[in-house]
Amino acid sequence: MKSAVIVFPGSNCDRDLAVAFSSAFGRQPEMVWHKDVALPRGLDLIGIPGGFSFGDYLRCGAIAARSPICRAVVDFANRGGHVLGICNGFQILTETGLLPGTLMRNSALKFICKDVELRAETTASPFTNAFDIKQIIRIPVAHHDGNFAADDATIKHLNAQDRVAFTYTDNPNGSAADIAGILSENRRVLGMMPHPERLNDAALGGVDGVGLFKSLAQSVITA
Amino acid sequence: MKVNVFVTLKSGVLDPQGQAVQHALGALGFDGVNGVRQGKLIELDLDETNAEAARKSAEDMCDRLLANTVIEQYSVEVLS
Repeated sequence: MKSAVIVFPGSNCDRDLAVAFSSAFGRQPEMVWHKDVALPRGLDLIGIPGGFSFGDYLRCGAIAARSPICRAVVDFANRGGHVLGICNGFQILTETGLLPGTLMRNSALKFICKDVELRAETTASPFTNAFDIKQIIRIPVAHHDGNFAADDATIKHLNAQDRVAFTYTDNPNGSAADIAGILSENRRVLGMMPHPERLNDAALGGVDGVGLFKSLAQSVITA
Repeated sequence: MKVNVFVTLKSGVLDPQGQAVQHALGALGFDGVNGVRQGKLIELDLDETNAEAARKSAEDMCDRLLANTVIEQYSVEVLS
């Protein structure tokens, strides 16, 4: 599998994500700078990492989503490419319009940095097929703006299409319908606030995040 | 041409920051504050000299970057 990780000024989980990709796929991802206008050839998967791209100026992810490389990422997704956005990456994906809704300030207005429990709500996606349905996993969150907001019609639509990938068992941030991560309509774009790459190795204190990268390794190679 | 852009949350979107400010005003003894909604003021200085064109341009900026129309609305005020 040929993957890439996009790097913005202020990204700080890009190398963690690169380690997760290379250990799951047996091949180093290409690191792509935000000013590049074209992606490396033959990519199967793009990761958009967590962090504070452009200092969270204006709105989290707003400026990154208008950077030159993001036009190429949107084209890649529209051609059926796989895209994983974690934390700030999820915020960027909603700002590009690849995923619906937006991430607002946490309802308690505090930055939250702790492990939370997630429920895998669907296994019918290339990101979640290695989990059991309704499996509970422990994954860290670290965000100030993770409060998923969308109108009722959008939430209904996401549920009807089985596009809620993960929910919180104990909602930490006020997200609508306890949503922690959602899929695009073609199920090849996932955005999630929690950080699976941070619990991806026993040396990091847990392996609950491994399932996500294992799912990708299984499904994208055979796609 | 100077243009002010006001970006605010749509009505119906919960504003926890505004609520916290309202609460703090109450704690300071400001009674009778029935609501606080927080937003942004963006001051633009444009080359454009035609007021209508400046307004159109600012609205285009709002649609494409300055506001997230999922939760925000905007208004444009052309000053000079």
